[in-house]
Amino acid sequence: MAGTWVIVEQRDGNIRKVTYEMLSEAKKLGDEVSAVVFGKSVEGLASEFAKYGADKVYAVEGDLFAEYNTGAYVAQLAAMIAEYSPNAVLFAHTFNGRDFASRLAQKLEAGLATDAIAVELSAGKGVFTRAIYAGKALAKVEVATNPVMATIRAGVMEVVESAGAGAVVKPAVAATATDVYQNIKSFVPTVSARPDLTEAETVISGGRGCKGPDGIKLVEDLADLLGAAVGGSRASIDSGWLGHELQVGQTGKVVCPNLYIAAGISGAIQHLAGMSSSKFIAAINTDPEAPIFNVSDFGVVADLFKVIPTLVTELKK
Amino acid sequence: MKVLVCVKQTFDTEAKIELKDGKIADAGINLIINPYDEVAVEGGIQLKEKKVVDEVVVLSAGSDKAMDAIRTALAMGADRGILVKQDTSADEYARAVALAAAIKEENPDIILAGHVAADDGSSQVPTRIAEILGLPHINVITEIEVAGGKATCTCEADGGTLVAEVALPAVISSQVSWNEPRYPSMKGIMQAKKKPVTTADAAAADNKVTIIEYAMPPAKQAGIKMEDEPEVCATKLAEWMKNTVKVEV
Ligand SMILES: Cc1cc2nc3c(=O)[nH]c(=O)nc-3n(C[C@H](O)[C@H](O)[C@H](O)COP(=O)(O)OP(=O)(O)OC[C@H]3O[C@@H](n4cnc5c(N)ncnc54)[C@H](O)[C@@H]3O)c2cc1C
Repeated sequence: MAGTWVIVEQRDGNIRKVTYEMLSEAKKLGDEVSAVVFGKSVEGLASEFAKYGADKVYAVEGDLFAEYNTGAYVAQLAAMIAEYSPNAVLFAHTFNGRDFASRLAQKLEAGLATDAIAVELSAGKGVFTRAIYAGKALAKVEVATNPVMATIRAGVMEVVESAGAGAVVKPAVAATATDVYQNIKSFVPTVSARPDLTEAETVISGGRGCKGPDGIKLVEDLADLLGAAVGGSRASIDSGWLGHELQVGQTGKVVCPNLYIAAGISGAIQHLAGMSSSKFIAAINTDPEAPIFNVSDFGVVADLFKVIPTLVTELKK
Repeated sequence: MKVLVCVKQTFDTEAKIELKDGKIADAGINLIINPYDEVAVEGGIQLKEKKVVDEVVVLSAGSDKAMDAIRTALAMGADRGILVKQDTSADEYARAVALAAAIKEENPDIILAGHVAADDGSSQVPTRIAEILGLPHINVITEIEVAGGKATCTCEADGGTLVAEVALPAVISSQVSWNEPRYPSMKGIMQAKKKPVTTADAAAADNKVTIIEYAMPPAKQAGIKMEDEPEVCATKLAEWMKNTVKVEV
């Protein structure tokens, strides 16, 4: 086989954990593993990828690649694929990853499996398991176009350290300014000391049962104690208690943390779609019939306004 | 200016998914416009209300049933519809080829679609359409400003908010937080019946992705559920978090 490429997700040198998850998984599959990293100056990151098994690191550098930009990135990666012929190219299933992979796949008239949660690769063929209907069913699909392409869901694959050579390759720059068709005016990072919702080990979510900002504050206090991300049901997003980017569910984010705590969330089917594959689930709800208890490992039928403060005290002990 | 909105008919998000003969059972399931596309329809109608565009065309590729999705969009306020008849087994590539061919005939200034479909969750089709047509695209928008032959969009991005501008014509995909889709009024529903809908056959294209099998995810077992004084519950929950989940504080 001609190797598996993992497209690195990074901004300002901060590498998304899903990159390491993909590298670890690719390594497990046996073929030569390469990390492909784009940025203004990114060669220095190579050792980071070598730690998780990258045999090679393609460092695509230049002002043109300083920020993700579909036109330039697609033109560049298409040229590199033509030159080096990788067997498979894996992207993260982030907003950028799916944008990048979709446009590239169409340019190459190739198939693409998005949001894959399991990967099998062989020469010229990939078999991927995808969650469909927001996780209510699974589809196993085969992609046999060249190269095999998929976007991988964050948080599913295990990060395993294993030394790779990390040999840096500087591919020729094929993209030019004329490939750019989106004029990026600004990027304003979400100011939060909390981890990213889709990458967090622990997520604490608040729903309508939080009744307002005071209840959400309790959820946030618990999250901060645990270094967790905060999420919410659509009810608390629609009420304006939390930003839309924090919605968990079918029309929000799909999360699979180690621990998910639902506070004051009934467990509507659209919410469950976004969190039911979490490893451990706890629920705090006053209604013993709430459907969230059907998926929770530890449920307490009690008032969150009383439970969370005591929980915080107990955890601190 | 003309806006064209791509809509996909999907299962209601309430639908319980079951397998029948190895396929996803569709009997008795309520069909809706993909919620992300519904937001795109609303966005298109608002552009017309703001006099940015003067026509809103809805386009759907699918079975005859997808006519209902088109009629719903017309009842919301779109002007006319196009149904491209295509087998629902078409993959993202074949779907994009069919839609792009129909779009080319229409020559719209703005092409809107939801950034992802609630059924297959693929998030590929709008971007693929843009590539086929050789047009710029912007995904996951939450705001749009159209002026001087350009669209300036605010987008939900990884870890932040992005503002980007593209020259029109362009393909623009919506995030659900862009707007709150209206319910069709009684008057709108009546008018929709009279609005023109043309049908066409899909441009031929073979799938690039093959579905091997469908399966149900492993059922999650309900665990402990305790009813007691809140303080007792909290103490037990803390113990479980420390001993079983092994959280670190
Ligand atoms: C197309 C579509 C897409 C959707 N997408 C999503 C999505 O992505 N994500 C999502 O979450 N929803 C989504 N929904 C909405 C979903 O159907 C539910 O309406 C929503 O999840 C309900 O939020 P909730 O559980 O916070 O509120 P409710 O259902 O009102 O539940 C509140 C819960 O809080 C409990 N409670 C009240 N007081 C207390 C207290 N003091 N202590 C403890 N518990 C208390 C109540 O017992 C109740 O169970 C979608 C709906 C549609 C139609």
